Amino acid sequence: MHIPDSFVSPVVSIATTVISVGTIKIALNKTKEALEEKQVPYLGAMAAFIFAAQMINFYIFGGTSGHLIGAVLASIIFGPWASMIIMTAVLTIQCIVFQDGGITALGANVLNMGILAPLIGYKVYQIMKKTKTAIFVAAWLSVLVSSIAVSLELSLSGIINLDIVLPAMLFWHIFIGIGEGLITVAALNYIFMVKPSLKTSEIGGG
Amino acid sequence: MKKWLVILFCALFIGGLISPFASSSPDGLEKVAEQTGFLVHTGEAKSLSLIPDYNLPGVKNTSLATAFAGMIGTLISFGIVYLIFRLWLKGNMKEA
Repeated sequence: MHIPDSFVSPVVSIATTVISVGTIKIALNKTKEALEEKQVPYLGAMAAFIFAAQMINFYIFGGTSGHLIGAVLASIIFGPWASMIIMTAVLTIQCIVFQDGGITALGANVLNMGILAPLIGYKVYQIMKKTKTAIFVAAWLSVLVSSIAVSLELSLSGIINLDIVLPAMLFWHIFIGIGEGLITVAALNYIFMVKPSLKTSEIGGG
Repeated sequence: MKKWLVILFCALFIGGLISPFASSSPDGLEKVAEQTGFLVHTGEAKSLSLIPDYNLPGVKNTSLATAFAGMIGTLISFGIVYLIFRLWLKGNMKEA
């Protein structure tokens, strides 16, 4: 879902960048007090895992593939604020080093996959009482929310009408989101088995 | 072995060994761009990046180029996030 340079207008680029920078500042402050030294390598490992997992496009149908976002995975373990920082770092690295996502679209990509996805996914997870089903639904919804945000940004940029792009984006991402849900549940099962203390690792509240 | 190292190795395995086998079909956004016609907006790719499109330059075999790109990106991601939190923590550690 990484938006390339040519799909955002200057206004949308600036607006999303401002929102993203402001929110990441909040995230840094929220994690400041609660962060523990022993968590640091795990946060790094999570970023590594998300980067790697995002490379694995899985075919769904109709000549289309999807890939994990991973925002909710990180949110459930480390809370939404730390997840935002991890996701922003990964997205920035992808953009600058690998040209995955345009530099002018970085603000939008961060907003979509690095802020809205972890935040809304986490809230849904909380509201649904943190069950296994909640994990799946939260992860699935995070993909849909991101795709809606992308649609809005594209239409506000004058690239395509909302009534065309929104249904199309939702259609594919309803299915791609199932992949996100399944992978997130499986990954959490594994991670909590390997290191059970990560079940109570949320940094800075929700 | 430290558990975070286990997770890091999993990530390296995924990024390095599995990535060459990932689907090359367009993702949702690209598909929509194709279907609805706005893919034409895709401009010239600016090659300021080191490893454009996850292909390590100078490696002829594309699978290998992807594998190396995956491992490098995985390690960079670990390193940068580790540094961010480590430095952030250091800067905010209360005096003992």
